[in-house]
Amino acid sequence: MRLQDPQKPKARITLVHLYPREMSIYGDLGNTHVLATRLRRHGYGVDLVDHHPGQKLPAGAHLVVGGGGQDSGQARVEADLEDNGPLLAALARDGVPMLMICGMYQLFGHDFTTVDGRRLPGLGILDVTTRGNTKRMVGPVALQTPFGDVVGYENHSGSTVLGPDQEPFGQVVAGFGNNGDDGTEGAVKGHVYGTYLHGPALPANPAFADALIKAAVDRVVSRGFEPEELDDTFADQARKRQVARLTAVRRRGLRERLLRR
Amino acid sequence: MAAGRIARSAARRRGGGSALPGLVAERVDPDILTHALAGVPQVVVVTGTNGKTTTTKMLVALLRAHGREVFTNPTGSNFTRGVISAMLPALDRQGRMHADLAVLELDEAHALHFVKKVAPTHALLLNVARDQLDRFAEIDHTARLLHSLAAATTQGVVLNRDDPFVARIADDPDVPPARYFGLDESVLERLAELQEADVRFEDEAPTPGLGAQDVLLRPRDEREFELVLGDGSASGPIVLRQRGLAAMINATAAVSTARLLLGEAFDPAVAGAALREVAPPFGRGEVVDAGGRPLELVLVKNPAGFTVALGTYGATPVTTMVAINDRDADGRDVSWLYDVSFASLRENGVALTSGIRAYDMALRLRYDDVEVGGVEPDLAVALDRLLADHPDRPLRVFCTYTAMMTLRRILADRYTLPEFGEDAPA
Ligand SMILES: [Zn+2]
Repeated sequence: MRLQDPQKPKARITLVHLYPREMSIYGDLGNTHVLATRLRRHGYGVDLVDHHPGQKLPAGAHLVVGGGGQDSGQARVEADLEDNGPLLAALARDGVPMLMICGMYQLFGHDFTTVDGRRLPGLGILDVTTRGNTKRMVGPVALQTPFGDVVGYENHSGSTVLGPDQEPFGQVVAGFGNNGDDGTEGAVKGHVYGTYLHGPALPANPAFADALIKAAVDRVVSRGFEPEELDDTFADQARKRQVARLTAVRRRGLRERLLRR
Repeated sequence: MAAGRIARSAARRRGGGSALPGLVAERVDPDILTHALAGVPQVVVVTGTNGKTTTTKMLVALLRAHGREVFTNPTGSNFTRGVISAMLPALDRQGRMHADLAVLELDEAHALHFVKKVAPTHALLLNVARDQLDRFAEIDHTARLLHSLAAATTQGVVLNRDDPFVARIADDPDVPPARYFGLDESVLERLAELQEADVRFEDEAPTPGLGAQDVLLRPRDEREFELVLGDGSASGPIVLRQRGLAAMINATAAVSTARLLLGEAFDPAVAGAALREVAPPFGRGEVVDAGGRPLELVLVKNPAGFTVALGTYGATPVTTMVAINDRDADGRDVSWLYDVSFASLRENGVALTSGIRAYDMALRLRYDDVEVGGVEPDLAVALDRLLADHPDRPLRVFCTYTAMMTLRRILADRYTLPEFGEDAPA
């Protein structure tokens, strides 16, 4: 699909959304919408590809996005991930930026062990393993990341542990993150990001969105990403207010715990 | 029995919640529901994610217009304890209910709790949609709840033919005979905005064949429609007081169910007259007279509902405000706003966004290239600005549940508003 393009695009970017039907619960399609819209506003043309199970993944993908799903959705995409896994892994190694939320983050790891002990293999692009849990980690999240504060909403029962050399995406300021224990959230390797953040993740975090865009554009044009000045006032306000709210709740909780001692 | 009555009057004195007397009565007699409903010939449960309240109201109106004595639970008390509380004053000394039918609006999860006590004779299953409330993490789970309810029903079910989560339930031999309601070919293209994708099965769900008694909706405009029977005969036009496709679908579901329950006695003319009189439930397109100017409050709570509401109202020239809170009763996750397209607001723009997540809403609209006149998180201040800055046009406010409660309270202080009861977020 060709979106409305700027007059004379600086370059054309192929943006692939993996499994929009099966794996984009809780507004994750919003990430794709934000990337496409910001690319256009920065003066680039966008070719948006919806990748459905059974299709061939475009080898020329410049930017790949995936979301969370239900168990039934994950089951529907397993075979396709097996077919297209090697290509995805090769693209990731080659530096193609990717953003994988929740369920797709888990599938980008080594494996997922369900509550009843079944082991599902993942793509192994990120050095993480996930275990099904009986408790669900649900609620608003604030993180500290290399892109500054990032806010979103998590809803997962899988508990994820990073491998010894695996960098997290961010440190949890409020919320559970990967597992509710070690204070880490998500994982990043090269330009591949995995995170539990719905919300969706990108709209209120434009610095993160533009980092993904920059990585994609840098691959396509030799002079690199040339951003336009965008007005991100609403995004900045939305994020700052959410961080203030969540840290206030956290401070209140700490104070109460101290008083109880 | 007495325990429940005492608890009820105690709760009244303290102005307490409506479920408390039910809770006490249930503790004293766990089988109170079974006992009370034992003598009621038809017990009908209405459930689904969207449209329970409106559809229940319409079904009750249809049955009463045909001379039936109907017990129903008041709007929003859609948990079993709420049903018990509502029932207490209607019981005789033996604790029995006297009515031809009980028509109960039940929350999906509580419908199952209910059927453990009482097997419904009939069930009307409306739809399965993603809800931003955290209560059910997955729509597959909601689909399973509805399936179990259908299997526990004894005589007949009425199913949404266009919702594969619901339509598929009829394949189970444990489910009693099914009738369907759905959309006529003329509006089938609007299904995408109404229906979640069902990805549980490898194959696409085939739409069930049309039985002679099934009822399809054929709209004429925003408020007027015909009903087409499976045998090809049409009745109508029917006019509703509530606008839009969602209300018409609710009416179609209610008529389909009334036809099943009333059999030969069903009279299309009586039905049309009854539906014409049904007032929109609180928050579903309620219009407040704001000093001579109509101000419409539209409750939005999930993507399907918001999308349908925009399809109904989007292009009409009014001044629009969107108020989004994220308290528990609203759903704490606002991600769902990205599953709604706001393109229909592009032409007229949005005057103001408000509520706790006012900036998130403004941001969402900007990503659909909708102009936003201003952002004011404080609801009272926002309402003042809306009234002062836009004196010329009718006003429309799309709002989440707690934002609506606050706005309504502010409006009630200034203008005459009809009383409103305790309405639950579901
Ligand atoms: Zn999730």
